[in-house]
Amino acid sequence: MLIRRPDSIKSSEITPQSAYLSRRQLIAGAAAWGLLPAGLALAEAFPNLRKSDYKVDEALTSQKDVTHYNNFYEFGLDKEDPSANAPGKLKPRPWTIKVDGECAKPGTIDIDAFLKESAIEERVYRHRCVEAWSMVIPWAGVPLGDVLKRFEPTSNAKYVAFETLNDPAQMPGLRERGFDWPYHEGLRIDEAMHPLALLAVGLYGETLPAQNGAPIRLVVPWKYGFKGIKSIVRIRFVESQPKTLWNTYSTKEYGFYSNVNPDVDHPRWSQAKEHRIGEFGRRPTLPFNGYADQVASLYSGMDLKRYF
Amino acid sequence: MRRLYAHLLCALPLIWLGAQAALGLLGANPVEAAIRFLGDWGLRILILALAVTPLRQVGKVSAVAAYRRMLGLWGFAYVVLHLLGYVVLDQFFDWANIGHEIVKHKFITAGMAAFALLAPLAATSTQGMIKRMGGMAWRRLHSAVYLAVPLGALHYIWMVKAGRAQPTLYLTITLLLLLSRWVYARFR
Repeated sequence: MLIRRPDSIKSSEITPQSAYLSRRQLIAGAAAWGLLPAGLALAEAFPNLRKSDYKVDEALTSQKDVTHYNNFYEFGLDKEDPSANAPGKLKPRPWTIKVDGECAKPGTIDIDAFLKESAIEERVYRHRCVEAWSMVIPWAGVPLGDVLKRFEPTSNAKYVAFETLNDPAQMPGLRERGFDWPYHEGLRIDEAMHPLALLAVGLYGETLPAQNGAPIRLVVPWKYGFKGIKSIVRIRFVESQPKTLWNTYSTKEYGFYSNVNPDVDHPRWSQAKEHRIGEFGRRPTLPFNGYADQVASLYSGMDLKRYF
Repeated sequence: MRRLYAHLLCALPLIWLGAQAALGLLGANPVEAAIRFLGDWGLRILILALAVTPLRQVGKVSAVAAYRRMLGLWGFAYVVLHLLGYVVLDQFFDWANIGHEIVKHKFITAGMAAFALLAPLAATSTQGMIKRMGGMAWRRLHSAVYLAVPLGALHYIWMVKAGRAQPTLYLTITLLLLLSRWVYARFR
């Protein structure tokens, strides 16, 4: 069983309540005095954050590493670039997501309204990058399927396509040539509706930092990290398999599915093992990143070496 | 005295790396950061070593010739540390997996081939070895460096997921240095 009780957080990693309450007070006070923009005061917390049972029994990767070791090429190619370049540059408000395509009720998601009306839950997921490193991250978010259903996808909606913000003024990395910007990704509709697929709006109980894909991103824990598209501005229900940026960049190296699979190597490096950030050496990579019990049935009968 | 400065200069990146590691400034993935840093400097110093002869031939700067062996050996030292970092810190002596990587993944194949070509050159770098082997044979053996350095640059290009600008620059410089030798030998 993969879904475990919440017992794996070291007590040293838990911020004492007094500390975070006083932190919130400080921020609220600063906002009240006009020292901070009002949005930031809301930023601290999800007041009704519910701990979900979707939780892996492994030590969390430190918040510092989760927020300072990022692939977000819109802000530079190096892992340290996004945390250096994205905060302050990426403007997460106002923010809307346009939802259209094969659905009965196309519309728009306004991030503030969305946060107010959604039941945000915390889920601790493994995160496995295609570059063979991994983390364990406490996300805050909403199941993607619950959000998609509101727009009533029709029977023609076989896939869901996602798109990232495309603003060179905010994202200096868009000047990098060779990529088919804006960043775009896709899921099969049954993958998108799977309860593990998450629309994340925070991590470590705090608002999603810019470098992690503020204000809202996708998390698909059984797939390589690049499927988790960041800073989403558009969602489309489509009938045929959508193009994805990395697949276009290098078709033989990055498949549409990109399920974590230790038996299918990247053409240039092994996927059998992974380096867990914060540890030494390498640990074996698990099929579907350890979520095989929940998701393997989505792919029954498929040749996973062909549909990698 | 000059030689001492040259040694210090070559050691500087290593000292920098040591300081960064000691202060915990290598980031979330210190092993990868250290391995890449060492590989970078190995390649850079070996390219400098390859530049010595063209500088002498084309640029008529003869003073640099005295530093060729020193540069070659320092470059090799960084390559050895780079490889040790991979075997010990990254793979933790997982020889089965290392073997698999060498056979299956061309960027590891290229890197290992470059190392295999460089090792005998470092071993025969002394004045005594030149005498024992004879100038011609020694020179023939040491022309392996013309293959090893481009292989090192290819190893780098094949490793990166994206952002090939820097490794491509290294390969271009290497090939230009080799071209300069060929042109000089042929048309001088």
